[in-house]
Amino acid sequence: MAGILLVEDDPSVRTSLELALSRQGHTVTAYATGEEALDHVRARRPEIVILDVMLPGIDGVEVCRRIRRLDPLPVILLTARGDDLDIVVGLEAGADDYVVKPVEPRVLDARIRAVLRRLESASADRISFGDLVVDRGALKVTLGDREIHLTPTELRLLLELVRHPGQVLNRRYLLRAVWDHNHVADSRLVDACVQRIRAKIEPVPAEPAYIHTVRGFGYRFSPP
Amino acid sequence: MSIGSRRPTGLRGRLVITFVLVAVTASALVAGIGYQLVRRALLDRAETTALADVRDVLRRTSLPIGTTDLLWPQSVVTESDLNDLAGALGGPDRQVVLRYGDQVRLSSGARFGLDDVPATLRRPAGSRMAYQRRSINGEPWGLIATDVYRQTPTGIVRRTGMSVFVFVSLKEEDGVLSRLRTALAQASGITLAIALTVALVSARSVLLPVRRLGEAARALGAGRLDTRLPVHGRDELAGLTATFNDTASALERTVSELRALEAMSRRFVADVSHELRTPLTAMTAVTDMLTEEAERLPPDAGQAVEIVVREIDRLRVLVEHLIEASRLDSGTAVLVRENVDVGTALADALEIRGWTGRIRLDVPADLSFWLDPRRFDVIVANLMGNALHHGAPPVTVTARVLRSGLEVRVRDRGKGIPREAMPHVFERFYKAGAGRARSEGSGLGLAIAKANAELHGGTIRVEARDPGTEFVVWIPRP
Repeated sequence: MAGILLVEDDPSVRTSLELALSRQGHTVTAYATGEEALDHVRARRPEIVILDVMLPGIDGVEVCRRIRRLDPLPVILLTARGDDLDIVVGLEAGADDYVVKPVEPRVLDARIRAVLRRLESASADRISFGDLVVDRGALKVTLGDREIHLTPTELRLLLELVRHPGQVLNRRYLLRAVWDHNHVADSRLVDACVQRIRAKIEPVPAEPAYIHTVRGFGYRFSPP
Repeated sequence: MSIGSRRPTGLRGRLVITFVLVAVTASALVAGIGYQLVRRALLDRAETTALADVRDVLRRTSLPIGTTDLLWPQSVVTESDLNDLAGALGGPDRQVVLRYGDQVRLSSGARFGLDDVPATLRRPAGSRMAYQRRSINGEPWGLIATDVYRQTPTGIVRRTGMSVFVFVSLKEEDGVLSRLRTALAQASGITLAIALTVALVSARSVLLPVRRLGEAARALGAGRLDTRLPVHGRDELAGLTATFNDTASALERTVSELRALEAMSRRFVADVSHELRTPLTAMTAVTDMLTEEAERLPPDAGQAVEIVVREIDRLRVLVEHLIEASRLDSGTAVLVRENVDVGTALADALEIRGWTGRIRLDVPADLSFWLDPRRFDVIVANLMGNALHHGAPPVTVTARVLRSGLEVRVRDRGKGIPREAMPHVFERFYKAGAGRARSEGSGLGLAIAKANAELHGGTIRVEARDPGTEFVVWIPRP
């Protein structure tokens, strides 16, 4: 179904995940190291990357960061620890989502599908908020005359926020709408994603002008 | 506590009292002896002087007193003669009473009469002069009583029949003594004050190390194992302080060894759990495949596959719980509170686990509370799972906000937990009764739920109901 690039150093885990994902209809290419994976991303762009955090050589978080420099393609982290710090660092490095080992193939499949979900481009309109222009037909975001490259998840989150200007959207709502999560809500996904969008569209990310935090409740898109 | 604070005071009291007693006794003794010596010397001098005076006057007197065979035969002692003698014997501080036969003469201005002379002195006492100290009308007097004798030309000493009583005022001596008493009393007071001060200071110098030792011991007891005291001098207290330091060092060493061991065993559990994850991940990834294939296998093999799949799942839960528990132990677990709709959170917890419809939720609409949604999910999921697996339907969950915080009650209507097991349900790997030895749980679920509630500053308690059991979660407002 999807061209998956799997990066996992443990041969058994790699083989069994490859088996399980193939069985669910995905095309899987698997590598044991981040270097090989980066070469693959450069040569043949996969649809999604599933990345183990603990890798020999350059680790998963660093691989994620380098992929982000090349391409806004979706990345799901496979964390061996339930380590909160790992997850936060991984999300800050640009990962769209994460799963914790040992992961059930059904869950992994659901996450892959959620991240790859096609964006609805039904309303073919452009909305501009000052310098920021969101083209909902072409699924493009420009700031001034510069095009902003967002990952599918970031774009979906921004579109969701833009669709309700001036309204506070709580994290649970955003998780359901953007990540299609039916697992326990981890609001850090939303927080990290908002940080990444801010870094791309806000003139001063520390003092956001577009996406405002409503502490304890969620986020509000209100253009300056 | 009371013993610790009472003991130094008692010791100080005893030290001060002893010191002051010794000082006061010594100074009283010195002052008393000195006073007595001075007093005796003063009074003796006054007595000697007065006696010498009286003797001189009487020796020089040429009055014609005495019997007919004396110097002045037949002569008559005139009034003026007696008055002159009284005047010669008297003085500013003296009063004189003369008795000659039936006549009694007083010196001028004399306030005393023969009545003031005690009877023992009025009687003739031979040729010796008698001296006695008396207090008359509150004033000290020395009384000299003597009979006057004369030597006849033939060399015979005879009584003349005249008695002389001289009252010598001891007022001056008394004044000196009284000033001396005042001075001695003042000196004693000063000595007392000095003794008290010195006693307090020395008690303090003795007790300060004792108090420091007490404080240090308390600090040690409170867990500050690096408490040490400086050792001054070479006395017993210094020895005690050194011993204290050695003990504290030994204790610190032992405790740090124990802590290191404990940390090591915790890390070992955490490491083992992490290591187990990798093979579990590989196995978990293919369990779905195995389950699907099992239908096509011969019945025996199919059953074997089912067992493997089921046990892998149990192992997965156990490892997840072990990792969660070791993370809670290590203190690295963080609390991320946000405003959560409690009803939605509970419904989500049911939906994720496919329990919707098996548990009745009774939560007011729009009940929101400030808590960590992931940890809240862990708490309620453990309690609800417990109720579903070990209790009996209907299982109900009610939530309400009290003034103190959020309260969630999870109630089942099963056989209940045995009374003796109630205090232990939140302990790790505690399985209530032999019948539950092979339960689906990891044995850590309730312990983890409790730790998560405590991370919120809250509690979980269990109560027996008829029928069933009720778990009550309380989470205070932040």
